[in-house]
Amino acid sequence: MEKKFTASTAPTEEQLLYAKILQWGMLIGLLCLFVTFAIYVLGIMDPYIPLDKISQYWGQSVHNYLVKAEIEDGWYWVSMLKYGDFLNFIGIALLAGITIICYLAIVPTLLKNGDTVYAVLALLEVIILTVAASGIISVGGH
Amino acid sequence: MAKKILILIAIIKGGISMRRLFPAFLFTLFIIFTFSTASFAAGGGVDLEAVPVDSHAWWFWPLILLVVTFVMGVVAVLAGVGGGVLFVPIISGFFPFHLDFVRGAGLLVALAGALAAGPGLLKLNLASLRLAIPVALIASTCAILGAMIGLALPTDVIQISLGATILGICILMLTVKKSEIPDVPQADKLASVLKIYGVYREESTGEKINWTVHRTPMGMGLFVLIGIMAGMFGLGAGWANVPVLNLLMGAPLKISVATSKFLLSITDTSAAWIYMNQGCVIPMMVVPSLVGIMLGSFVGVRVLKIAKPTFIRWMVIGILAFAGLKALSKGLGF
Repeated sequence: MEKKFTASTAPTEEQLLYAKILQWGMLIGLLCLFVTFAIYVLGIMDPYIPLDKISQYWGQSVHNYLVKAEIEDGWYWVSMLKYGDFLNFIGIALLAGITIICYLAIVPTLLKNGDTVYAVLALLEVIILTVAASGIISVGGH
Repeated sequence: MAKKILILIAIIKGGISMRRLFPAFLFTLFIIFTFSTASFAAGGGVDLEAVPVDSHAWWFWPLILLVVTFVMGVVAVLAGVGGGVLFVPIISGFFPFHLDFVRGAGLLVALAGALAAGPGLLKLNLASLRLAIPVALIASTCAILGAMIGLALPTDVIQISLGATILGICILMLTVKKSEIPDVPQADKLASVLKIYGVYREESTGEKINWTVHRTPMGMGLFVLIGIMAGMFGLGAGWANVPVLNLLMGAPLKISVATSKFLLSITDTSAAWIYMNQGCVIPMMVVPSLVGIMLGSFVGVRVLKIAKPTFIRWMVIGILAFAGLKALSKGLGF
């Protein structure tokens, strides 16, 4: 069995950096999600869809939900942050966005170590995730 | 969370005894079936687009969701599966929520679990960034495609495909064996170019294990399918990641399980954004599910000490098979 390995069991520099940012991002995202949800259910901020009406929407397809509740897709939620229900999207966006930041953060380390292939792969991943997050990809409703 | 994964890996290898959870689980199932039947009688069921007439207070279903996802979190740990793979079939089968929102919530549940476990696994050097980055690029790109397909197709088609996929997962769980340290005579060319290798310490023996992978192009090819299915059904994809990494590519079981868990944080991120941007996220469903699964996972790790995982695993396969058949019947309009 011919293998060429680094002798160390320690994680690489970029792996540790990724882990550190991921940890903080995850903690902040979850905390934010729980706090905003408490604000929502405790009625500290009024929701866009009243709590007693929400069950009228969750059984419908997303297309019907958006039409009947007069909600737009994409980043429309940012303009609705004055409502308690939409406030929750901050935490969700943080959780869904932290991976992009992790990838961006390790690129300089990869380049510094001469790992150009992985730096390119990391940047490609950033592009893919950013495109997904941007909302420019539209899907035909059903 | 990383500790939980380690315990999980340990129980995959051997058995621990327990039967006490069975009555509790049956009781929870009884609750789900009772309330889901009430829901269908109230107007859900055959017509997927019909608005269910729900006379319950607004907090009723979120509370049931919290309880059920808590149990799901416990059982997922005991059965050695991800919460996402249980969430979508069970919640879409027995709750009055539309599949669009269940898939959105399912992805976020799987994503949160992966984000929570990721840092610890990376620090322990069990999850390998070098192994994850190339396959994650393929899987996350294809997950976008899968999400687009999943949201464009009619709901009944998705229900049928979901049912078939869940039944396929059951067969996979029944038939696929795991290999603790597969024999990889030599890394293939692509793995050598990408320098996919590593060393980890096996805590039980204190031994240093060198590992690398082979059949990398074939493995990457399979991640195209895995990504599409993850995005299409919002299932998470640990059930597929681990066999491909472990059995096909030859990564050690510990590395495969840990890297798979970390991989979900990237694959599910891309699909989750698509679902979120399409409006498939209702916080009143997402947050109770997240809290339930996470609390359940923490309890599950403690229950593991007295649990008999083989028994629980059989039970989960049975429940998944039932949920898969239910998804099929819903899709076919029975």
